[in-house]
Amino acid sequence: MTNKSFVKFENVQKSYDGEVLVVKDLNLEIPKGEFLTMLGPSGSGKTTCLMMLAGFETATHGIISLDGNPINNIPPHKRGIGMVFQNYALFPHMTVYENLSFPLEVRKLSKTVREEKIKLALDMVQMREFGNRRPAQLSGGQQQRIALARSLVFEPDLVLMDEPLGALDKQLREHMQYEIKHLHERLGVTVVYVTHDQSEALTMSDRVAVFNDGVIQQLASPPDLYEQPENAFVAQFIGENNKIMAEVVDVKGSVVTAKTSKGNLLKSKKVNCDEVGSKTTLSIRPERIKVGSKGENTSEAKVLELIYIGDHIRCRMLVEGDENFIVKIPNAKKISDLKIGLKTQVSWSTGDCRALDRLV
Amino acid sequence: MLASQNNNNQKMLTTDGIPLKKKLSKALFRSRLRAFGLVTPLLLLISIGFVFPIIVFLTRGVYNDTFEKYMVNLTPILAEWDGKSEPTEDMYEALVLDLVWLKETKNIGKVASRMNRELSGSRSLFTSSARKAKKLEAPFKESLTKVKKKWAKLETWRAMKVTSQSLSPVFLASALDMKYTAEGTIVQKSPERRIHVKLFIRTLEISLVVVIAGLILGYPVAFLLANLPIRISNLLLILVLLPFWTSLLVRTTAWIAMLQGQGVLNDLFVVFGIATDEDRFTLIYNKAGTLISMTHILLPFMILPIYSVMKTIPPSYVRAAKSMGATNWTAFWRIYFPQTIPGIGAGAILVFILAISFYITPALVGGQDGTMISNFIDYHMRKSLNWSLAAAMGGVLLVIILFLYWIYDRVVGIDNMKLG
Repeated sequence: MTNKSFVKFENVQKSYDGEVLVVKDLNLEIPKGEFLTMLGPSGSGKTTCLMMLAGFETATHGIISLDGNPINNIPPHKRGIGMVFQNYALFPHMTVYENLSFPLEVRKLSKTVREEKIKLALDMVQMREFGNRRPAQLSGGQQQRIALARSLVFEPDLVLMDEPLGALDKQLREHMQYEIKHLHERLGVTVVYVTHDQSEALTMSDRVAVFNDGVIQQLASPPDLYEQPENAFVAQFIGENNKIMAEVVDVKGSVVTAKTSKGNLLKSKKVNCDEVGSKTTLSIRPERIKVGSKGENTSEAKVLELIYIGDHIRCRMLVEGDENFIVKIPNAKKISDLKIGLKTQVSWSTGDCRALDRLV
Repeated sequence: MLASQNNNNQKMLTTDGIPLKKKLSKALFRSRLRAFGLVTPLLLLISIGFVFPIIVFLTRGVYNDTFEKYMVNLTPILAEWDGKSEPTEDMYEALVLDLVWLKETKNIGKVASRMNRELSGSRSLFTSSARKAKKLEAPFKESLTKVKKKWAKLETWRAMKVTSQSLSPVFLASALDMKYTAEGTIVQKSPERRIHVKLFIRTLEISLVVVIAGLILGYPVAFLLANLPIRISNLLLILVLLPFWTSLLVRTTAWIAMLQGQGVLNDLFVVFGIATDEDRFTLIYNKAGTLISMTHILLPFMILPIYSVMKTIPPSYVRAAKSMGATNWTAFWRIYFPQTIPGIGAGAILVFILAISFYITPALVGGQDGTMISNFIDYHMRKSLNWSLAAAMGGVLLVIILFLYWIYDRVVGIDNMKLG
């Protein structure tokens, strides 16, 4: 049981001012060894959740438990949770070695044990020869590695990471993503990771919790999140997405027929829409759209812009009154007949189009 | 525009063929000139109004030519005299000649006061002898000793020998409670005449106590300022700065009203039964008064540098320490406190340097045992008019400050200091 819900949030609420709830009724179970990412725009409550778990914020309501024990009233230093901070928080007045030694010293470990553990931790991040440097003498990526080693050196069961790669440049960030992922796989430690970068979340996580407005919008594995978004926010936030506003006119089993503002009838998969007469957002991924041929659903289109990306062509079109309808055309076919201003048709299969809630 | 890059070893040239370095310095010359022009007024003001007078004044501490300038006949003879043997007739003759000339040119007062500093009682000796000098006849040794017996004393002549040397450590020695003798040795003054060293030590002691008290009182305030929500901390900052904007004199006099025998604080003590009405605390016109008011006046100088450093320390450091298992105290002492040391260093040295030369406050509330070296310098500047001694004492104070600053640099490191 504790293995399945190593970390557990039960009906957790958080308010800073007593007027607005930053986290609204959060329920979340994280099994041991999982890499869970909290993903969301800034102000969505994801960092607050992490801080409550770490003990730096108190939950206004609800219970947070770790390994079966409620930890609401346990101060942060007794929780035994490792943490990596956004700007690493490496102690500037200490060397790398002293930084790593600190968590072991406060645990009153003997000198020989400390040396052993620090050596292992430095080896783990391939930073063995940097022990005598000060943090300021290290590059961003190296600092990041030391911060990682420091959070793991006292062998916690749970490590929290608060946008740890935010300060790195793109290339290094991608490299570190793999490194953290591999480290997690090797050590089997439970990781709760906070980020606002969706590609980071998809790359690294076992499961992703998408936060918005203090609520988990969807909790799923990365493929499910991308392929089967449950509401318009998730569809919009994860990857690129085309949305068509429409009104439900018929529901048959799992197929919804909706009418666009232009009067076109489109069929889509019923996911998260109300009864006949309500508004819905139809969501289609740009790579699932065919240009120039008829299909299960067909719509008039006009080419507005063509951007050459390399492996594909990004084509912005006017479809159903939306000027930002994006189609990705693989760079395999002959695409030279596409011209700006060309009037054509776009089509997609019913299974690729999801009828979601109305986007406010 | 583009430099020719056919050969790396060759000088870089512009397209016109002029060396790049030459062109660059030419291009920068105008902006350098403008920058210099902008600071020139301040530079002139500081050098004319500040640096130059200080240097001129400080030289007074080691150079005083009053005697040499007016006693033209006697000075060269005194320089050759060994300071032990009986004064010769030549010396007496030269002395009488000089006295006559001084009387005529009405400069006798200057030399008399200068001599009086070296040997008390010399003023009347010189002025009265000068009045009669014109009528004296050879042998001058006899006739002059008839006028004043003191002229026969070796002590008088030794004092004249010391005074006749324009460039001498006589005032410096005096500033350090020592005496420069006619033989050129330096000996300690008799214990009851030693006052300056005691005063220097007291000044250092008061400054140190003010620094420590300011640190103990100011550190928590700075911490609050840096960590409270911005709205409250701004209000608090105004409270810290408010006394800053009030005149030093006003603040000191306010402390007089607070601390005096019939003052607010003593009244409160009586009300709460801490003191009886007849036996009130003496909180002012002594060292306690100086310490209390100086600590208060200098507190903002301690708080502000520490605050500015604390403000730059992100809360994530302490959080990180706690997440690693450190208690509140460990996280503070091992992580937070070491990072505030640059602020503490800046605040401490700022307060210390200001305190060591504090003047108005100890003058007003210091009484007997609360006065500091600057009050004594002021006394010699304005009352005793012994500017040379004042300059020597100022010089010693300057050297002490520079020395402490040097030690501070060795221990804490000036680079570690952060003022804002």
